[in-house]
Amino acid sequence: MSDNTAQPLLRVRDLVVEIPTRRGLLRPVNGVSFDVERGEILGVVGESGAGKSITGAAIIGLLDSPSRIASGEVWLDGERIDNLDNEGLRKVRGRQIGTIFQDPLTSLNPLLPIGDQLAETAMVHLSISRAEARERALAALVEVGIPAAAQRIDAYAHEFSGGMRQRVVIALALIAEPRFVIADEPTTALDVSVQAQILSLLRSLCVKRNTGVMLITHDMGVIAETTDRVAVLYAGRLAEIGPTRDVVESPGHPYSRGLMAATPSPSELADKDLRLNQIPGSMPGLLDVPAGCAFHPRCEFVKDRCRNAVPTSYPSGNSHSACFLHDAEALS
Amino acid sequence: MLAYVIRRVAQGALVLAIVGFVSFSMFRFMGDPLENILGQEATVLDRQELEDRLGINKPVLVQYFKFMAGALQGEFGVSYRNAIPVAEVIAERLPATLELALVSGIFAALFGIALGVYTAIRRDGFLANFIMTTSLIGVSLPTFLIGILLIWVFAVELGWLPSFGRGETGTMFGRPSSLTSWSGIRALILPSVTLGLYQMTLIMRLVRSEMLEVLRTDYIRFAHARGLSSRAIHFRHALTNTLIPVITIIGLQVGQIIAFAVVTETVFQWPGVGSLFIQAVQFVDIPVMAAYLLLVGSLFVVINLIVDLLYLVIDPRLRVERGAGAH
Repeated sequence: MSDNTAQPLLRVRDLVVEIPTRRGLLRPVNGVSFDVERGEILGVVGESGAGKSITGAAIIGLLDSPSRIASGEVWLDGERIDNLDNEGLRKVRGRQIGTIFQDPLTSLNPLLPIGDQLAETAMVHLSISRAEARERALAALVEVGIPAAAQRIDAYAHEFSGGMRQRVVIALALIAEPRFVIADEPTTALDVSVQAQILSLLRSLCVKRNTGVMLITHDMGVIAETTDRVAVLYAGRLAEIGPTRDVVESPGHPYSRGLMAATPSPSELADKDLRLNQIPGSMPGLLDVPAGCAFHPRCEFVKDRCRNAVPTSYPSGNSHSACFLHDAEALS
Repeated sequence: MLAYVIRRVAQGALVLAIVGFVSFSMFRFMGDPLENILGQEATVLDRQELEDRLGINKPVLVQYFKFMAGALQGEFGVSYRNAIPVAEVIAERLPATLELALVSGIFAALFGIALGVYTAIRRDGFLANFIMTTSLIGVSLPTFLIGILLIWVFAVELGWLPSFGRGETGTMFGRPSSLTSWSGIRALILPSVTLGLYQMTLIMRLVRSEMLEVLRTDYIRFAHARGLSSRAIHFRHALTNTLIPVITIIGLQVGQIIAFAVVTETVFQWPGVGSLFIQAVQFVDIPVMAAYLLLVGSLFVVINLIVDLLYLVIDPRLRVERGAGAH
């Protein structure tokens, strides 16, 4: 046995996901690397189509066919999991890695009482009896703050409100006490007033259990309030990764700068004449990702080099940015 | 929920009253029964006597209410052809039809669901594609042709199964039944397959497309993400959600099976109400035809009612909404 505490909880290295199509090979995730530590919440932010959700799906081996992991490695607690067979992956899902999806309205089976769905998940992963599983299901509902859980354990999904349903979904994702949780836009479908409750619940549960979390969102507000570190994805590549405070306050990558400038702070919001800064153009589709840095056609700092070579990751303050602006050798 | 049940029963009663009126109208519009019964040689006196006896000289509405009142008590008049009460004729023939319909219904539902699930799970497999292609035959060939083909292969060429009749019948629930003897069961196979083949392929194709739909839903994806086994996901989560729309179709198809037993019973000389109906048509035996029409109508209504109630059992959403709506 290796010393598991020495290495990060989740380690993703040069992950590439490919989709073969008639018009060519698409790479929705193109060489993404990051780590998540125990008890840490890593935010993954980017526009629709930047590869956030596909990265999450690739980690748990639930890519929709014909997408596939073309290269790269995924390690969980020192064990490689990207090359496991179906049965091996099934045992990782739910037990080692819990997953929370965006829409709590459609994540629950409408025909099974929620208690049964909780109990079956517990029974699959932990060798316990039906009665024990039911007790555990009840405890899980209490833990996520379902009021009168003992009476509501046999209720169906449609009998709960959206926020309560997302609590049930969180209970389902966490019932087998996974070490790592992927939360894919967990609050996007919820009312703003409920979003903060769900995020603080998720945060407190994970801190308590020392669980690592990958929180996928496009909401910079969620990132700023909830996460410890943040990874910015652009066109399937990692643009910047670093401590949340650093990335939000002094972003290193021109794309991150554009994102932050487009997100008003509360004081700015009070100003009625405020005009939001926007990044000119839009993110390229997967079929026409430009050569060199994918962001170069929209970048105000673009140089010749950016059009030809793909930048690797350079230190930028406390973060790392994939931008030649931070290439120390070129600057000197 | 009770209000829902009462409403559905009331709707069913209305439908039956209308079906009853249509059946009843046949007495007035389908030729002259007196001519059929009495023949050319009858005197005017004979005609009047028979008119009185059959009650066909009274006002239409009176006749209709008399007809419906009789029908409610299982009284459909006397068969013109063999002068026995229609209720007796039908009671004698109905068990054979119900037995045939039951066996073909079970055949269609079991094989239809099993093959539908299989072809959905192994969507691009060779066998699944083969099944889907051959199922087109079941949908497109007419019943009588399938019956004759089956007789040719299994009765004439191979000689494995009988081509007509019910075989030896024993007694089950006080009625003659083919299910009690080996020869009876063998006699049931070809007609049941013939009668149920169309329904089986229909159910199979429906189950397949519904199941493919359900397998794409978020809760199935979430079930995968929770690490449940494929077996649990396919059967516990996907199949139950698939069956809701499928049950409606199966219910309606049971009615169809009984109604369309006419052709199969004729091909296999099966002594049920279907062949009785064909004989009645040939003889313009209106009381028998009217009773058959009402019978099939009632079966459809009852089956629909059962399907609606089954919904309440399967789908908790309906239960709550209907319950809330009842207050």
